[in-house]
Amino acid sequence: MTAPSVPAPAGTAPPPDRPSPETGSSGGGPETRPRKRLTPYWLLLPAGLWLAVFFVAPFFYQASTSVQSGSLEEGFRVTWAFSNYADALATYGPHFLRSFLYASIATLLCLLIGYPLAYTIAFRAGRWRSLLLVMVIAPFFTSFLIRTLAWKTILSDGGPVVGVLESLHVLDVTALLGLTGDDRLLATPLAVVCGLTYNFLPFMILPLYSSLERIDLSLHEAARDLYAEPATVFRKVTFPLSMPGVVAGTLLTFIPASGDYINAQLLGSPNTQMVGNAIQKQFLNVLDYPAAAAMSFILMAIILVVVTLYMRRTGTEELV
Amino acid sequence: MNARTQGPAPVRWLRRNAVVLAGLAALVYLLLPNVVVMLFSFNKPAGRFNYEWREFSTGAWTDPCGVADMCGSLGLSLQIAVLSTLVATAFGTFAAFALARYRFRGKGTGNALIFLPMAMPEVVMGASLGTLFLNTRVDFGFVTILIAHIMFCLSFVVVAVKARVMSMDPRLEEAARDLYAGPFQTFLRVTLPLAAPGIAAGAMLSFALSFDDFIITQFNAGPSTVTFPMFVWGAAQRGVPVQVNVIGTAMFLIAVAVVLVGQFTASRRRSRS
Amino acid sequence: MTITLSGVSKVFGGFTAVHPLDLTIPEGSFFALLGASGCGKTTTLRMIAGLEEPTDGTIRLGDDDITRLPPHKRPVNTVFQNYALFPHLDVAENVAFGLRRRGISSVRKQVEETLELVELGPLAKRKPRQLSGGQQQRVALARALINRPRVLLLDEPLGALDLKLRRQMQLELKRIQTEVGITFVHVTHDQEEAMTMADTVAVMNRGRVVQLGAPDELYENPRSTFAANFLGTSNLIEAEILAVEGAELRLKAVGADSVLRLPVERCAVEEPRAGGKVLVGVRPEKISLTHAADAEDSDASGTIPEGSNVLTGRIRDAGYLGVSLQYVVDSPVCSEFSVYEPNVERDTRLTRGTEVVLHWRPSHTFALDAAQDAEAGTAEEAL
Repeated sequence: MTAPSVPAPAGTAPPPDRPSPETGSSGGGPETRPRKRLTPYWLLLPAGLWLAVFFVAPFFYQASTSVQSGSLEEGFRVTWAFSNYADALATYGPHFLRSFLYASIATLLCLLIGYPLAYTIAFRAGRWRSLLLVMVIAPFFTSFLIRTLAWKTILSDGGPVVGVLESLHVLDVTALLGLTGDDRLLATPLAVVCGLTYNFLPFMILPLYSSLERIDLSLHEAARDLYAEPATVFRKVTFPLSMPGVVAGTLLTFIPASGDYINAQLLGSPNTQMVGNAIQKQFLNVLDYPAAAAMSFILMAIILVVVTLYMRRTGTEELV
Repeated sequence: MNARTQGPAPVRWLRRNAVVLAGLAALVYLLLPNVVVMLFSFNKPAGRFNYEWREFSTGAWTDPCGVADMCGSLGLSLQIAVLSTLVATAFGTFAAFALARYRFRGKGTGNALIFLPMAMPEVVMGASLGTLFLNTRVDFGFVTILIAHIMFCLSFVVVAVKARVMSMDPRLEEAARDLYAGPFQTFLRVTLPLAAPGIAAGAMLSFALSFDDFIITQFNAGPSTVTFPMFVWGAAQRGVPVQVNVIGTAMFLIAVAVVLVGQFTASRRRSRS
Repeated sequence: MTITLSGVSKVFGGFTAVHPLDLTIPEGSFFALLGASGCGKTTTLRMIAGLEEPTDGTIRLGDDDITRLPPHKRPVNTVFQNYALFPHLDVAENVAFGLRRRGISSVRKQVEETLELVELGPLAKRKPRQLSGGQQQRVALARALINRPRVLLLDEPLGALDLKLRRQMQLELKRIQTEVGITFVHVTHDQEEAMTMADTVAVMNRGRVVQLGAPDELYENPRSTFAANFLGTSNLIEAEILAVEGAELRLKAVGADSVLRLPVERCAVEEPRAGGKVLVGVRPEKISLTHAADAEDSDASGTIPEGSNVLTGRIRDAGYLGVSLQYVVDSPVCSEFSVYEPNVERDTRLTRGTEVVLHWRPSHTFALDAAQDAEAGTAEEAL
């Protein structure tokens, strides 16, 4: 999603408004011969068909399921039970709220934590650059569930982290904000947010890095030459130029975080459950498929709206 | 005049390197769990859970498959990852060439179809695909997991290969045609080798995604098909054996070693010439 | 092998890149297609290579019609703009590529010989990105030449090199062409490059060949404002024909009283008549400058030869270039007269604001159809 769409480089005649026959175009290519005109469709067919059947079609099944009623024993039938949606929002409203709240905080934290690291790798790392990049993706080499479980150890009651934060009275502050309680970290909203931030941090750092790395260093020098303080250079040059990375990174963090249920399950408590937990429970334990379908539809709709608005706002639709 | 020139030396040093220090702190945050996983692979826990340090032991390392079903689930995960990578890489590469190289009606729809799975939370994709299988009465198991994995890996392969193909100079293929290579020879000798890094990146990404996937898998797995992440999830409820940490650590070390060796030889080759 | 293009045209969508074109490129010649970017020269070259299929017309190589032949079946090779060296193959494998595709297995000796020809023997195992621009250019040349093509096509082959290297490679390309005796078709936007190397130059503009001929002929006797301005610099003056006297035309420049003369054969207008309008041209280096005071005093050193075309003006700018002196002269007929004087006997009085007399021989004068844009082909027009 970071690759900007540019005109197809070969096999196509230039459009009439851009008469540049001087470089790489081949009129003898696909467009002039009818047999070859079908080539892109054949190439696209396997992947397109796969996604149509196993990605698009399921949404229609899900849409129909979401307005069914009945029970597992008697079977479900479409009764246009739109009450499923109202029920889902009534019962799991707090779950939705928590999902988007936690995901937003985690995205913000990822940006705040990830930016300095991406900046360091891009501009200050010198010959350590590739080693640091390896270290950013290295966590992926261990299954993320195992790593999330490790946070249970790190944040455990009576562990060093809790001890330090307690003696610094940090836990008192977070308790006031409603993020922790009972002088513990585990089973609190803070632990869930911490886990979400941790899990999706590399998805923030990598796009940030790739857009920072493309910035010509002479732009920094030009800005300094034109009387900009270092902070101003960052505010007026570096940060605006890294916007594509910021947008891509926040989307890659926010979307999966808002649908996540693993961190809430492993690091949280019943009071920190997110909408993912509710969908998972309804689908896999309660087997109330209409409820699960309705919730996942609502989640999808909200995310699509948020993402569209966000991308329009930041003017980066062409990123797709 | 400049804020950087004020204050005693240590303060100046801190100011200059604040970004680097913050970056290194972020790195510690990223790597801390790996260190804990590694450390606790040598633990000898008191109960069923491996969350608190008791005493040093190499017991788990000498008997990695000592836990029932764990190594079996590892094998299953590898099998699924290899198969879904093969299919997703082939299909994704075709699609990437279509989208990068041709102009055709429906290209926008094609791009959107490829992009959407990456903009969808896994729980939504998992639940809806599960609904499809439920409604069409397909039995959950190996095949449904494989279908799901190919589905979400496809987009990532397309993105990786497409980026590479778009950056390739079309004149190279013209040069090949000019130098007596027919269409097939041109593809084999020039196009494919040039696109190879993108294809390899897509394949590696899709292997990693498939091997480590939990959410979509959970919605589309049968009761008897337990992948490694599903085993770990189950263990988290019942009791986590130390062997899980051993596997996690081993995977980490092997992968880091492979990457470092690759980097080392690449830089050696560069410096030699 | 002679290349013959008959009525060859190329249309992209609604844009005509090449208008129906008839061109004969004789065997063994060094032929240049010269023009600004977008003039259709590269499209013409690519049609000869087979990389572009003509919309209409036929291309023949000797007696064979190759119009519909795919590029890999044509005995024609190309040195691409920016070289298009295969980045994944080393120099030797790049050079051997064409031979291998034609099923020749023992390529070592030929590769060595060809690399010797371009003086790259020791670099055979390097990858293209480890070479300098000039070295890459030689590899591209070797990769094409090793196939002993009937025709070698060069698409802006020296465009990416710096000036000094470009001069050196120009001579080298010429040497190699003489050595191997293959027909070279060379596309360039650099008039100096075309003139240095080619036997015949075709000047192209907007998909048409505007003039074709030997470099000196093109330069000395341009037939259109585009040719006059694109090849070097020309001073163009609007004038009216006063009379046709035998082999000579007498003209009056618009805005001046003096009468200008030129030979009839140097007039591009067919059947010039009295009262007709033309653009009179003269190259800057053909003009001499004389201080106005000397011109009046017929005994002084800088006298004006009898029969010269004469105009008056005032120096607006004077530049010292070492090898020559360049002046911009304001005159009633033309606001920016360019004049190059060889730096032999420098008249130090000729500074800004000096009144001068410009004079040149009638045989150095040419006349063009006044119905054209006088600015066509100039650098300003390109902007």
